[in-house]
Amino acid sequence: MAKLPTSVDRLIAAFGPHKAYPPQSGFYGAHEPDELVKTHCCYCGMQCGIQLKVKENKVVGFEPWMDFPYNEGRLCPKGVERYLQNNHPDRLMAPIQRVEGEGFEHISWEQAMGKTVSEIRRIQQTYGKDAFAMLSGVSLTNEKSYMMGKFARVALKTANLDYNGRLCMVSAGAGNKKAFGLDRSSNSWADLAHAEVIIVAGANISETFPTLTHYIWRARDQGAKLIVVDPRVIPLARTADLHLDVKPGGDSALFGAMLKILVDNDWLDHEFIADHTVGFQETIEAVKDYDLDWAEVHTGVAKEKIWEAASLWGKAKTSFLLHARGIEHHSKGVDNVLSCINLVLATGRIGKPYCGYGTITGQGNGQGGREHGHKCDQLPGNRDITNPAHRQYIADVWRINESEMPGKGLTAYEQIDAIHRGEIKGLISICFNPLVSLPNNGYVREAFEKLEFYVCIDSFLSETARYADIVMAGSLHEEEEGTVTTAEGRVVKINAAVTPPGNARRDGDIIMELAARLGEADKFSFASSEAIFNELRLASKGGTADYFGITYEKVESQMGIFWPCPSLEHPGTPRLWEDRKFSTPDGKAHFNPVRFKPPTEVTDEDFPVVLTTGRVVSQYLSGTSTRRIGKLVDQYPEPLLEIHPKLASRYGIKTRDLVRVKTRRGEAEFPAQVVETIREDTVFIPYHWGGKHAANQLTIGNLDPISKIPEFKVCACQLIPTGEVASAALTETAYQSDL
Amino acid sequence: MPETNYNMDMAFFVDMQRCIGCHACEMACAECETNGQESMIHVNYVDRAVSVQTTVQVCMHCENPACANVCPADAIHQDDFGVVHSANTPRCIGCSNCVLACPFGVPKKMEEAELMMKCNMCYDRTSAGKKPMCATVCPSQALYYGTHEEIARMRPNSTPVNSFKFGNQEVKTKVYVMMPKGAKQLIVD
Repeated sequence: MAKLPTSVDRLIAAFGPHKAYPPQSGFYGAHEPDELVKTHCCYCGMQCGIQLKVKENKVVGFEPWMDFPYNEGRLCPKGVERYLQNNHPDRLMAPIQRVEGEGFEHISWEQAMGKTVSEIRRIQQTYGKDAFAMLSGVSLTNEKSYMMGKFARVALKTANLDYNGRLCMVSAGAGNKKAFGLDRSSNSWADLAHAEVIIVAGANISETFPTLTHYIWRARDQGAKLIVVDPRVIPLARTADLHLDVKPGGDSALFGAMLKILVDNDWLDHEFIADHTVGFQETIEAVKDYDLDWAEVHTGVAKEKIWEAASLWGKAKTSFLLHARGIEHHSKGVDNVLSCINLVLATGRIGKPYCGYGTITGQGNGQGGREHGHKCDQLPGNRDITNPAHRQYIADVWRINESEMPGKGLTAYEQIDAIHRGEIKGLISICFNPLVSLPNNGYVREAFEKLEFYVCIDSFLSETARYADIVMAGSLHEEEEGTVTTAEGRVVKINAAVTPPGNARRDGDIIMELAARLGEADKFSFASSEAIFNELRLASKGGTADYFGITYEKVESQMGIFWPCPSLEHPGTPRLWEDRKFSTPDGKAHFNPVRFKPPTEVTDEDFPVVLTTGRVVSQYLSGTSTRRIGKLVDQYPEPLLEIHPKLASRYGIKTRDLVRVKTRRGEAEFPAQVVETIREDTVFIPYHWGGKHAANQLTIGNLDPISKIPEFKVCACQLIPTGEVASAALTETAYQSDL
Repeated sequence: MPETNYNMDMAFFVDMQRCIGCHACEMACAECETNGQESMIHVNYVDRAVSVQTTVQVCMHCENPACANVCPADAIHQDDFGVVHSANTPRCIGCSNCVLACPFGVPKKMEEAELMMKCNMCYDRTSAGKKPMCATVCPSQALYYGTHEEIARMRPNSTPVNSFKFGNQEVKTKVYVMMPKGAKQLIVD
């Protein structure tokens, strides 16, 4: 495989993205559906309950699900419009294969399976087992996530399996494991609504998890103080009690300085620290020089505001600290997470009512998907693939010899490097669109051009799938039963509303057939999603993410179960650590010393402006689905360069001027949006688009040494006004992500 | 009047401070079978250059509706529950009097249809004991539909106000806006 099989325009004409709108009078049957199927939204980690209207095996609309306790009918625009991904004109209805000079042609499943398996065999026999890699994703259910992990290790027999969670919450996961020995938000959102002080750090809740806003507003109705840490005045920050407009990369300086203030003012829970934690002295030693003058320089936040934030946090009786990708997408993402956890532990406000801490998972199954083993170093139940006892337990569940189980493989971005080095020659991917979502994506595209064979399972021809040799038409969220685990740790039930259209197949069926053709039929003979879940329950038993006591029946009758749930009688665990027994080997919560380090790339004379990236409310991740839904596209049609008027005036830039943004990786042009709601030294571009509209042409691929998350959130750029005003044509076609 | 479960204890409350500008209300409103994919509720930035603040404008369902009063074709009807309905299709002559008269800027003339359309408080839902679609989905509950007792209990620091003064004109509405505790009237000079 090499370049695209034909022009991108021809591919777009055949496979989209095209914008889907409902007919003016609604879809046939929308007002008299055959049934309403209770399930959950396919997008973010909130996993709002929703009912899909089904008529003649098509999803034709939605009806709010008032009884689901988390969202009680509430939805964001993506949730309202999500039904339009079904029955979409761009939908892949059959397997297709690349035809040089033409694009893609339909083939039979026999051909698709036969070619794929023969290429897997050829590549593995020629270059070794690990030369065939797999990339998965956490919009998949727990069942599919579990099956991908088993498929890669048992059927493909490759160590090189990783997932798009690598771009999502791995920094938080690593930090959680270091501090608590277990990776989950400590409390349900119900506690959030009663907290006295709430810190939201690097989490654009109102745009990326809109329905969680309600819980924060409820807390404020009762007088809670809200502190938002973000370089931009995000919608949540507009009315916040304190907006700490941190310079990208300054997070650990901010939290370190706040810890020093807590110590200096003795706003500490000495009893908790003494009885239930270790590492406090080394941790405060690390921040002893972080006085307010130092902090103001390294965070870009006025020292009065830093002091006020520490004072509010220090004096509170109850509190909740939430963070997301804003502090995690850094070459020191784990440090940033640990510096937040240090504030929580110092004040002892965890494991009690209305006292919580957690990362907010961005993807639909960002929580469950990161627990059950489609990550390069992990086995189900959040077990460790390098731990002999963990390996033996899972090998027994899978009925293989432990010695046959591959070891730790490469992380997602390291796989791209390995393709460039010629070590990985073949790839299978599902639920991942790296050409849009990985940083420095010119480099990523070159890697895909070097692969000898690439097979992609997807419902739509994503920007990455355009480079595939074979695309297997898989299933949408509403076409396969399963479970997901929400950002608060609640396992909920996804119900199939319809069957896959045409010759498309369920993802689970595709993987089972591939496994069978690779000679492992007996280990992949699941009769139902529930059968996969039951094996997952067993595989997770005794692990930190223990699902053994969770059954489909319990999940449905109780509107979700919070893990850990080790036995059938166990009610689940909405609030962790009430017993003060942490899951670390010594049973204590661990402080971790964090010394501030600057980001990989700091501004200089050549690249004088900080570039940061993020999301908008109407789009989801790489846009494979949401850039195909008309009203979501129209709400925010193209990526805009947010720039402060003072910075803009230095370059003579006005709103809608086309600005070339250049970094050491690449350059791209974006229309300017001149707004006072961003720091003067920072520009922001949302990343949901591909091709020439991709913010990730510019971002940096440096990784956190522990979590291997890329540093999406900070790099240095130049701004070059083109002298042109952005054209309407550019706006109108941005969603298609042409080259 | 058809048989109805419309509950007069329920009221509609709008709190601009809570609005996060996500447009879920517009998208959900457009799904209603009578709206033909047009939203009857509108979210706009106040001034995006300086703030992310948005406003959300829904029909306020005036007690003495200017839109109905100025309609030369008697096309706009206020029902026994105080809901002001969209223009009656056969009667509406597309003159735009209502568009000009409404103090809140609510009715929109659908140029293609030569027809005025506005919110009827999801009559199909509210008359069946459900909440209006926009207030159901609103993720920040800037739009809330419930009883006065509920809103008083949930939001002790604000007060619902349904009296507006535009210059010398006073308008009372069925829909409430949430204002700081103790406020009685919203005065628009």
